[in-house]
Amino acid sequence: MKDVAFGQYYPVNSFVHRCDPRLKLFFLVAFIAAIFVANNFWALGACAAVLIAVVALSRVPLGKVLRAIRGVLILVIFSAVISVFFYSGETVYWKYGILCVTREGIFFSVFLIIRLFLLVICSSMLTYTTTPVALTDGIESIFHVHVLALIMSIALRFIPILMDETERIKNAQKARGADFESGNIFKRIKAIVPILIPLILSAFRRADELGDAMDARCYMGGKKRTKYKKLTFSWRDLVAFLTAAALVTGVALLRVYVGGM
Amino acid sequence: MNIVCEHLTYVYDKGSPFAVKALDDVSLTIAEGEFFGIIGHTGSGKSTFVQHLNGLIRLPSSKKKRYKPEKGEILPTLKVGEYDLTSRKTDFYSLRKKVGMVFQYPEYQLFAETVKDDVAFGLKNFSKGISKEETERAVGDALTACGLDPKEVAEMSPFDLSGGQKRRVAIAGVIVTRPEILVLDEPAAGLDPLGKREVMALLHRLHGSWCKTIVIVSHDMDEIAENCTRAAVFSEGKVVMCLPPRQLFKRTDELLSLGLDIPLVAKICLALQRRGIEIDCDFTADDFVAKVLALRRDRR
Ligand SMILES: Nc1ncnc2c1ncn2[C@@H]1O[C@H](COP(=O)(O)OP(=O)(O)OP(=O)(O)O)[C@@H](O)[C@H]1O
Ligand SMILES: [Mg+2]
Repeated sequence: MKDVAFGQYYPVNSFVHRCDPRLKLFFLVAFIAAIFVANNFWALGACAAVLIAVVALSRVPLGKVLRAIRGVLILVIFSAVISVFFYSGETVYWKYGILCVTREGIFFSVFLIIRLFLLVICSSMLTYTTTPVALTDGIESIFHVHVLALIMSIALRFIPILMDETERIKNAQKARGADFESGNIFKRIKAIVPILIPLILSAFRRADELGDAMDARCYMGGKKRTKYKKLTFSWRDLVAFLTAAALVTGVALLRVYVGGM
Repeated sequence: MNIVCEHLTYVYDKGSPFAVKALDDVSLTIAEGEFFGIIGHTGSGKSTFVQHLNGLIRLPSSKKKRYKPEKGEILPTLKVGEYDLTSRKTDFYSLRKKVGMVFQYPEYQLFAETVKDDVAFGLKNFSKGISKEETERAVGDALTACGLDPKEVAEMSPFDLSGGQKRRVAIAGVIVTRPEILVLDEPAAGLDPLGKREVMALLHRLHGSWCKTIVIVSHDMDEIAENCTRAAVFSEGKVVMCLPPRQLFKRTDELLSLGLDIPLVAKICLALQRRGIEIDCDFTADDFVAKVLALRRDRR
């Protein structure tokens, strides 16, 4: 459970944690829309300000939040470099064949970097502050597809279990002298087999057991199922909703009245 | 190889909200030749402790170049034979050859197509370039030592065996490299009574001849009473007692208050005590019977 930042719930009690998952999903969609509608630094600044407020309210440590960026850093740098060299504009600083560095190109890639970072941080905030169960409940209640939500919540539930299992099997094979860290790529791929086979077997076994357990409790899918915990909106959700609405409207107005950079 | 452990503390997921202190200032010495038991309630840190013994869990000072201890931290000592597990220079790979480890439910780590290949896995890893004949012989010996007939099972798929057989194949896969210390985490858990007896008998056969020292984690007090030279009791990451069974199981109240059981023989001794009959035995069935018979002789 150490290296995977994405999809990891961070258990503290905060304003953001207690918001309704449906609203958080809505907020995420609105925020992403705002990021893409934003076409000048004012609008993007407004988005960033809102996100900073969300992060501050969520009480998730900054280190954790930034860790989410680390995973996509290479991708972001790569796209920024590409756009610096290929974006054509009027104020040319440097030119070589089809490659050129322009004022507009630099602006564009800075813009791109900020956009991508905001995107990643915002999505990871959702998973940091919402338990997988709450998230699937939210999705289920929006889209009314029970089976899909069930599959998703089971899959999410199994991730940490299988990760623990992997760790256990890995340790057991390490105790028998398995070496996963050295050797060339073929050696390493071959070294995975003693982990993979027991892992797959155990996944099947667990799936079987879960199926039996659900049968034993007379589980039946379908529309007639009722909920143990009903989702309800509260004043927090109103605040979040108004913020999202204000952000989208503001960004749209900035686009119309201020225009691109 | 002696195991010397002092002031060992271990925290899982240190510095996160999930942090769990699994070991808290553990000090234990296990001498060469012992059949050492580790008992304790679920979550008391037994598995965490034994995983330190072959470096699967490594001390922070053995991972970082310049390890700075925190304020007030007592530096641990952990030595297995000549290996100093607090040092970064230790060869953990060769340590793992000396300290064999059988995990909880080891049959779940079987993976090869045939029993033979699975047992040979550790051998091929630790003794690179070992000849085919030698491998075959070592695998055969290990299977025989574990009470299996190599001729019968060697070519079978490990997944076609019974639960008890799988367990013994998994143990064979660990002892095949002839470790000096064999550590087993609940080796008899989840087996039927016959399977349990067979596994314990197998450990008895191995002890002294095949592996000098055996360390076993167990929830079964009868097993501990019958087999162990000494046993340590873990509770919430601490070692609260470390005594031979003869003295350990006299402290019934303490054990019961820790949520642990006592051996059946100890229960009978208690029942007899309530009727005014004192029997001083080491809580093995044989010794108990001998003492009872002696008592009867005396009373005649
Ligand atoms: N990989 C891990 N990550 C985080 N916490 C862990 C991990 N493994 C164990 N723990 C925690 O450390 C504590 C000690 O666990 P450990 O497995 O050592 O107990 P145990 O005595 O072996 O228990 P059992 O009798 O159930 O096997 C427990 O509170 C457990 O939840
Ligand atoms: Mg355990």
